[in-house]
Amino acid sequence: MTFLKSAAAALGLILLPAAALAQQGVPAAEALQTPAPIVPGGAPAPATPGEGAPNPGAPAADATPAANPAAPPMLRPQGGIGQPTQGGFTLQPQVTPNGRRAAWMHNAVLMPIIVAISIFVLILLLWVIARYRRSANPTPSKTSHNTLIEVIWTVAPVLLLVAIAIPSLGLLAAQFKPAGSDALTIKAVGNQWYWTYQYPDNGEFELISNMLPDDEAARRGEPRLLAVDNRIVVPVGREIKMIVTSNDVIHSWAVPAFWAKMDAVPGRLNELTFTVERPGVYYGQCSELCGARHAFMPIAVEAVSPAAFEAWVRSKGGTMPGDAQPTEAANVAEAADDTTTPAEGAAQPIANEPALQNEVGTPAVATNQSATDNTGN
Amino acid sequence: MTDVAANPNAYGASAFQADHAHEHHHDADHKPGFFARWFLSTNHKDIGTLYLIFAIIAGIIGGAVSGLMRMELHEPGIQYLNLWATYVDGPGATPDQAHHLWNVLITAHGLIMVFFMVMPAMIGGFGNWFVPIMIGAPDMAFPRMNNVSFWLIVPAFLLLLGSAFFSGGTGNGAGTGWTVYAPLSTSGSAGPAVDMAILSLHLAGASSILGAINFITTIFNMRAPGMTLHKMPLFVWSVLVTAFLLLLALPVLAAAITMLLTDRNFGTAFFDAQGGGDPVLYQHLFWFFGHPEVYIMILPGFGIVSQIVATFSRKPVFGYLGMAYAMVAIGVVGFVVWAHHMFTTGMSVNTKMYFTAATMIIAVPTGVKIFSWIATMWGGSLSFRTPMMWAIGFIFMFTVGGVTGVVLANGGIDDVVHDTYYVVAHFHYVLSLGAVFSLFAGFYYWFPKMSGKMYSELLGQLHFWVFFIGVNVLFFPMHFLGLQGMPRRYPDYPDAYATWNDIASNGYIIMALGMVIFFVNVAWSLAAGKKAGDNPWGEGATTLEWELSSPPPYHQFETLPKID
Repeated sequence: MTFLKSAAAALGLILLPAAALAQQGVPAAEALQTPAPIVPGGAPAPATPGEGAPNPGAPAADATPAANPAAPPMLRPQGGIGQPTQGGFTLQPQVTPNGRRAAWMHNAVLMPIIVAISIFVLILLLWVIARYRRSANPTPSKTSHNTLIEVIWTVAPVLLLVAIAIPSLGLLAAQFKPAGSDALTIKAVGNQWYWTYQYPDNGEFELISNMLPDDEAARRGEPRLLAVDNRIVVPVGREIKMIVTSNDVIHSWAVPAFWAKMDAVPGRLNELTFTVERPGVYYGQCSELCGARHAFMPIAVEAVSPAAFEAWVRSKGGTMPGDAQPTEAANVAEAADDTTTPAEGAAQPIANEPALQNEVGTPAVATNQSATDNTGN
Repeated sequence: MTDVAANPNAYGASAFQADHAHEHHHDADHKPGFFARWFLSTNHKDIGTLYLIFAIIAGIIGGAVSGLMRMELHEPGIQYLNLWATYVDGPGATPDQAHHLWNVLITAHGLIMVFFMVMPAMIGGFGNWFVPIMIGAPDMAFPRMNNVSFWLIVPAFLLLLGSAFFSGGTGNGAGTGWTVYAPLSTSGSAGPAVDMAILSLHLAGASSILGAINFITTIFNMRAPGMTLHKMPLFVWSVLVTAFLLLLALPVLAAAITMLLTDRNFGTAFFDAQGGGDPVLYQHLFWFFGHPEVYIMILPGFGIVSQIVATFSRKPVFGYLGMAYAMVAIGVVGFVVWAHHMFTTGMSVNTKMYFTAATMIIAVPTGVKIFSWIATMWGGSLSFRTPMMWAIGFIFMFTVGGVTGVVLANGGIDDVVHDTYYVVAHFHYVLSLGAVFSLFAGFYYWFPKMSGKMYSELLGQLHFWVFFIGVNVLFFPMHFLGLQGMPRRYPDYPDAYATWNDIASNGYIIMALGMVIFFVNVAWSLAAGKKAGDNPWGEGATTLEWELSSPPPYHQFETLPKID
């Protein structure tokens, strides 16, 4: 879209609220054309056996580490893309078609209209304040009705709202286009307080995604509170069908750069479709209050080329469609999958407690207490 | 001094006798003793005063809670929560308990400001004080029920405050958010804290339902001769519409939170998917109440602003009927838009389209009101006394909050800003800068009438400007945080959000300074303010309260006024 390409990158400098009008604040726009740089060897790959191993709840990902090929190196996140910018005051740059369309709707349709309305009301107010102050107008008029103007200021907003509603409903229709048959299905399951992901199209392997402790995030050059130990990886340019649900309370799976936000409701399978157009690392955070560590269960998505995606899947012990029959690891994953259904939700958090202890680094004294204490009701 | 022993007729034996006593003595200013007057009160003005004092106390507490929140959010990282958690959870408080405390704070701030500050001040305070006077009635229709209303809200508040010291799952206190979503509020929060918070809402809701019945009955049956519905001041119209919203919306909340209670304690599964229930059903019930609730908070403010704009423009309200029926329209449409709070729960596309379109319709009657206020000023002779400053500030700030509401109404746009600080900015613009501005406008407008003393104009103007700057510095950057994706209800945030959070926290300090000026003004005015005349605002103030003395007699309109 044009607004992405024409963007000037002087974002941090402009602090004036009015500048939000300009809608030019997409940082590092040229970078959208180039792939993100690859991390040099220093950073650990996400799939090294040690990472998820202490977690008995998900043996699948690491069940046969020796047999799996090495994982491709992790992408390094790029400032201004897929994460917030210091002092930023616009939407994050969008990397999905839905996101670009919706951002256009916000930036090019809604923002000009609401700013114009606000300025119009402000000008009217300042005008009456100046013109009709008591010293300038000692004798008030007695006018209290004018049918014509009342009709005008009722009908004009109606027309304006119709003008907004038409593209708005079109946007909704576009967002709800169901995923095609070649879409890649990923299942995201919210837990107190981490995400688990399953790749049913690729041998049902499962990932557990915990937030990195601050020092580890810094060591890997990733933003604090956004970095996770196991990112999910998606192929660029392919439709992703994200099935979102929860094991305990309501969470919400959100990645601002994808225009994606879907509540993870226990007992429901919510579906979200998006296509990432550009390689990179994209962060999001849980967006529905889910208890004590609501702020500490981020989401990280790495979008890579289809070839790199395949390599990553194989490094996880997964399969690609067209492979021979699923391996034993996949069957284990299926069994693991069962534990994530709501019916046995209470068992899952206990199983994961050691992982939380290790990964998040906070003492797990009260961890999941609430989830286990109460489900017996 | 009159007390029970000296005068049993003061409130005791028979209401009939009491009326006779008045007739015989013509003693409109005959007041009962202290305890009878303030604890067994049946006088609408006394109850209104009690409500205002209560709302101010609750506002101080709720405002202090938001101060704690802005302190913690001032910079990235957890600075204070671990310390504060030791006060609530004991010296061994864990980091998780500290994080839970954050959720307790946001819950308390929301519930206190909605149920124990704005509603009691608007409806209980100004509504009680001025609805009977404005329609020429001697008191409310059910004076003793009025007293019950007030004395239900006090234990409700104590229950909510007390819940902070009982277990709410991970730590002490109810950490569910003011929306109390299941299953976080059921299986996700063990311990009595959430039960206490729910019971608190039951009591506050019962109080409001009784109040709503009282207002509807009073307005329909106790108008003075000649005071037809279409001659009622707009403030009375606003309270009438609000009372209907309360009457229709609160029982739904009561039902929803009762189901929460039974899910929590008696093994039902209304909102538990494992037992065939549905967590999203709770959200539908909650927001069927919750959306009218936001109009409950703002409609009386509309009424207050209408009175003030007319008074200080020396002009009748422009388009009176349009103004009155715009409020009715807002009330009606407000009942059919609730699911715009739930756009990300996985609704079908058709449902999202309906709620998008229906929500936008509300902008039309709201626009009518904004333009009518400006048209009232147009051609007027404006004086910019403190109440008028707050009213003009209200009109503009409410417009800003309203237009971001139009953005949020779009289901396709809401996906990215839902549950971010954009929403926080939006509802604080319509409430903290809308409803609260109208409360201050009403307070300064009626302070001389209620107290008989003039407030300090200098301090009032200063209060307005400092507060106005403070809340804008506090809340405007939240739009940017939301667009950048910062989620709500986070005690700690990625470092990239630091700039705007820093500015917002500084805005809180400015706002708090404004509040200090306000309290100095109130204290000074009560102690040493000039005596206020019957009508300090001049010819523009045409409603009945300005015909009475300041403060009004204990019982007004023993002979009903006639309105032509």
